[in-house]
Amino acid sequence: MYSQGLIGSGEQTTETPEFLAAFQARIDADEKIEPNDPMPEAYRKTLIRQIGQHAHSEIVGMLPEGNWITRAPTLRRKAALLAKVQDEGGHGLYLYSAAETLGVSRKQMTEELISGKAKYSSIFNYPTQTWADIGAIGWLVDGAAIMNQVPLCRCSYGPYARAMIRVCKEESFHQRQGYEIMLKLAEGSAAQKEMAQDALNRWWWPALMMFGPPDGASEHSDQSTRWKIKRFTNDELRQKFVDATVPQAQRLGLTLPDPALAWNEAEGRYDYGEIDWDEFWAVVKGNGPLNKARVAARKKAWEDGAWVREAAIAHANKRAARQSTALAAE
Amino acid sequence: MSEAEEIPLWEVFIRPRNGLAHRHCGSLHAADAEMALQAARDVYTRRGEGLSVWVTPSAQIVASDPQDRGSLFDPAEDKIYRHPSFYEIPDDVGHM
Repeated sequence: MYSQGLIGSGEQTTETPEFLAAFQARIDADEKIEPNDPMPEAYRKTLIRQIGQHAHSEIVGMLPEGNWITRAPTLRRKAALLAKVQDEGGHGLYLYSAAETLGVSRKQMTEELISGKAKYSSIFNYPTQTWADIGAIGWLVDGAAIMNQVPLCRCSYGPYARAMIRVCKEESFHQRQGYEIMLKLAEGSAAQKEMAQDALNRWWWPALMMFGPPDGASEHSDQSTRWKIKRFTNDELRQKFVDATVPQAQRLGLTLPDPALAWNEAEGRYDYGEIDWDEFWAVVKGNGPLNKARVAARKKAWEDGAWVREAAIAHANKRAARQSTALAAE
Repeated sequence: MSEAEEIPLWEVFIRPRNGLAHRHCGSLHAADAEMALQAARDVYTRRGEGLSVWVTPSAQIVASDPQDRGSLFDPAEDKIYRHPSFYEIPDDVGHM
């Protein structure tokens, strides 16, 4: 469910102008591009990277929330959080499958994640310190993800668009369960309300950063827009998110941690303060609070699971061999 | 599994509740058919989407080549007489 602007892409196309024009004509006619269709190498690579980052984000995104499953305050909250984390795992799998249709293997993607080469949404490098963080993540992080993902349902690449439709259908519960947690805390004791406010203070800015660098600094937005991989710019999506979220915060009786936030009557939108892009880039480059722990957790899971994968394959091979011997004997 | 061996890929088809045919809904990796079915249940039917699941090894699917799209499908394009609207029936005959 999580995606952000692409980081660190830099391919050049080498195809003939005629080939590229014919491809662009298909895109312009709103035809979906399917796995075996001819496509520019840069289109393929951009999608592999974007879908891969998106899939990794879903999988790494299970970690900060998984942290609270055993400590959820009630059985109702626990069941919901378990279901949400399971959904994130499922979303990761839909997306890995979509990326694999472009010729990259699951193993390759996993190895890039655990070697630290592949990126994932930087939001998951922040810690979940209190129960209210689970509310703030559902409300803000999933809310931001929905803003990003709804337009991706119309992405030009068929398997990605289809995966996003499934993801978006499931995502709405995530945001609602988060908002409900925030609402309960905000309407609770003074200490509970303070806990909700504290979580909002810590998650608001990282949530705004999820939309990626500002339009001027986003390297490959233009090409992705022409190819209809991307339908809105980072800043457009960020603005939509701010406009949707401010009234929700007001309803909670909580204050967004931005003194510059103000309704702009002339433009019909909320103005917001300067985002700390130094922090964003520091986290993207591996220096967030938990980058190392997140990658280490995935690496451990992959390595500890190796014997299970090996045993499953050995068992399948053994059974297949027995079956063919039995057939030969008939 | 040797390091080089990937766990095989399977295609998943679900028959929804509304009586439609099985429909392709995605793919997944699994060591054997039994695990593929279980994984398909977990990955693709978490909200009661289906009443039946088919899985098949992706490698077993035979597909038409997109390059052949012209020669395969063009012949159908000029045969408008295969459609009911090709035939002229007077209005007073009523619905047919």
